[in-house]
Amino acid sequence: MPSHAETYPPDAPPPRLELRGITKRFPGCLANDHVDLVLRPGEIHALLGENGAGKSTLVKMIYGVLHPDSGTLLWQGAETVVPDPAGARRLGIGMVFQHFSLFDTLTVTENIALGLDNAGPMDQLAGRIREVSERYGLALDPGRHVFHLSVGERQRVEIVRCLLQDPKLLIMDEPTSVLTPQEASKLFETLRVLAAEGCTILYISHKLEEIRALCSRATVLRAGKVVGAADPRQETARSLAEMMMGAELSTPERPPQGAAGAARLTVRHLSTTSDNPFATNLKDVNFEVRAGEILGIAGVAGNGQAELMAALSGEALLADADAVVIEGTSAGHLGPRARRGLGLAFVPEERLGRGAVPELSLSENALLSGYAREPLVRGGMVHFARARAYAETIIRGFNVVAHGHRAEARSLSGGNLQKFIIGREILQKPKLLVVGQPTWGVDAGAAAAIHKALIDLARSGAAVLVISQDLDELFVLSDRISVLFHGRLSDSRPTHETSVERIGLLMGGLFGTPPDEDGEITRAV
Amino acid sequence: MSFIRLEPRGQASKTMVYVTPLLAVALTLLSGFILFLAMGFDPLKALYSFFVAPVTSVRGVGELVVKATPLVLCAVGLAIGFRANVWNIGAEGQLTLGAITGGGLALAFYGEGGWWLLPLMVIGGAIGGAVWAAVPAFLRLRFNASEILTSLMLNYVALLLLNYLVHGPFRDPDGFAFPESRLFEADATLPVLWAGTRVHLGALFALLAVAGGWLLIARTFIGFQIKVIGLTPAAAGYAGFDQKRIVWLTLLLSGALAGIAGMGEVAGPIGQVTAGISPGYGYTAIIVAFLGRLHPVGILLAALLMALSFIGGEAAQIAMGLPKAITGVFQGMLLFFLLASDVLIRYRVRFGARRAAA
Repeated sequence: MPSHAETYPPDAPPPRLELRGITKRFPGCLANDHVDLVLRPGEIHALLGENGAGKSTLVKMIYGVLHPDSGTLLWQGAETVVPDPAGARRLGIGMVFQHFSLFDTLTVTENIALGLDNAGPMDQLAGRIREVSERYGLALDPGRHVFHLSVGERQRVEIVRCLLQDPKLLIMDEPTSVLTPQEASKLFETLRVLAAEGCTILYISHKLEEIRALCSRATVLRAGKVVGAADPRQETARSLAEMMMGAELSTPERPPQGAAGAARLTVRHLSTTSDNPFATNLKDVNFEVRAGEILGIAGVAGNGQAELMAALSGEALLADADAVVIEGTSAGHLGPRARRGLGLAFVPEERLGRGAVPELSLSENALLSGYAREPLVRGGMVHFARARAYAETIIRGFNVVAHGHRAEARSLSGGNLQKFIIGREILQKPKLLVVGQPTWGVDAGAAAAIHKALIDLARSGAAVLVISQDLDELFVLSDRISVLFHGRLSDSRPTHETSVERIGLLMGGLFGTPPDEDGEITRAV
Repeated sequence: MSFIRLEPRGQASKTMVYVTPLLAVALTLLSGFILFLAMGFDPLKALYSFFVAPVTSVRGVGELVVKATPLVLCAVGLAIGFRANVWNIGAEGQLTLGAITGGGLALAFYGEGGWWLLPLMVIGGAIGGAVWAAVPAFLRLRFNASEILTSLMLNYVALLLLNYLVHGPFRDPDGFAFPESRLFEADATLPVLWAGTRVHLGALFALLAVAGGWLLIARTFIGFQIKVIGLTPAAAGYAGFDQKRIVWLTLLLSGALAGIAGMGEVAGPIGQVTAGISPGYGYTAIIVAFLGRLHPVGILLAALLMALSFIGGEAAQIAMGLPKAITGVFQGMLLFFLLASDVLIRYRVRFGARRAAA
């Protein structure tokens, strides 16, 4: 296959960035193997690859976080060494990381100031933040403390921080995973404007549809090597996914739902009040999840998802015991342990730091929630052999790529850790599974496996509740969909009777007049 | 581009966890060497009389064990709490309360004791320490008050209470108004385990605390919960571990162990209740806990080392006329170097200018 360098027209201006034969080796793994990449001025270029394919390593080298073992980097035609991220920013390279680097106890402005090399006075900066965030439709209050912000809002801080630096090359790692479709298309407009202004955008995403809509060229990495280049507009999401995986993609089949069973989870008049002035209080939320079905709850981060998750898991106790009924037992006043006893299993949105303890081994992490429904503790003593066996069962059953049960949770990639956590919960044979953001930042192969596991669990008779901001995912998984907005939950509608557009509008707050069957809602806009 | 840089390690170094305490000891000795040199002493002789001479006799080794006993008892309890982010700084006060309640029982049953008196004193000492530790537990859970401050402040309250008692109710009626209680009777005194020394039954309690502490940390589900709460409180909440219960449990347990240590002092080497029952065991135990890596076996070794700093300090006072503060200086240096070298667990040192990325 011809390299990009050869196909590049000789009379054109020099590429914004060119990589030649970049190689990076880590102990025990060749992360990048002679990678070539050409980014032209003003193009939106997709970098594709499964988790572990070497995308992060490559962009970290462009951003000066890591240094290549060999190979050359040309910035606007001149051979350049990017010494560190500050040097990258001086060149005009900005990056929005997938994992945020924000200080919880500082405000949005203070956090952004820390990431800028010339922040200037705080009040001026706050003004610039407001300006940029409004211009690009990234609602953000500069005075708020980060610990109050949802995942989605935190990502907006990262994006705004980059945009403030007027970059010539903007690297975006999964930027839209927490936006509504409407917000995402707004961001795309922004990115297209930026590109038209001459800014090059290197775009990393697992959402292949959005890459098809946005990017004009794509480079595909697999196992550290460039395995292909494509024009995403000429490909299908399926063909792109298969190029990344080097194998055929199996899409989970959703067999038709049988007769809906008995209600496993009933939520009645659930309202919360929080001491935290920035929390989103839930207001009279009502729904039920029946045996054998998957209910999806859509909504943009910060609309009460965290509060709903805490109220369901038992991490926040409720004044009204009847507000949450699990398997016919009022559970509002019960803690997580007692609720697990009733048959609840739970996958939180935060994998590392809530769903798993980063420093502990997988067998200890198997014990973390496994103790509730598996015989891992006897007479107050931990049965370590059984915890190890349970971890091995999860690793095998859910194809978790890890160095055995001794591997620390933090050594796993996001997708593999999520497979482990979901496996840990599903193998406990729950009667009711609540999952937050099941495939956020997870590659296509792992996402398909997770979706299949959730569908299989529901078809085997469990009730499944999925709270997600990814509408494509909810449409693949759910039998019914509701939308959470400002702490209120819309009535659910059967998935096949609604559309992404309609749910997207509800996510933007178009409640009130319940939409009727023939598109009344579009007229309401 | 400096010539010495710290570079983050990908993973915490398991080797360094064990190497840094040894490094801290080495640096302490080196600094001691320079300190003695600056003060005009022969540094080798001074270090010898501080660290080696005290343990060249059976009696000296016995004293080492006597001093290590309360340190181990206090530090094992503290370490279990520290693992759960419960920062009990009040072992000194809890030890004092154990001495008061345990010793109080010995005085209350003076002249009418029996075999049952010692077990009763052990239980009484444990309860005394636990009650004293319950105060910060309650204040933290009810009012969100930092147990670091409350437990520390209670140390001074305990000391004043002890002073009041030895000047008043506990005072020996035949003691010419000295602030001391009567000497305990044999029924209220811990038996000596090793003839020719003052090593008493408390040393056995300390070994039991090491074994029990290890069992709790490494094998029980409570120990697992403590670990998870200490590492990632949010994950503990997700798993449904009751954090309040763990705060109560760790504070009461460390209070009880410190209380037993205090009881062991008055019923062991001291043999009566006096105003000065502890040279700061409860504070030194904090250093012991960290030096021992919050692990019971490590604590045992660290306690012996810190006990040596106590008797070495005494020996240096006698042999060389050094001030009493020398003990505190060495203990302080050790903690300082330990905390400083712990950076090596997560970072490695690189010499030379930053490699220009080729």
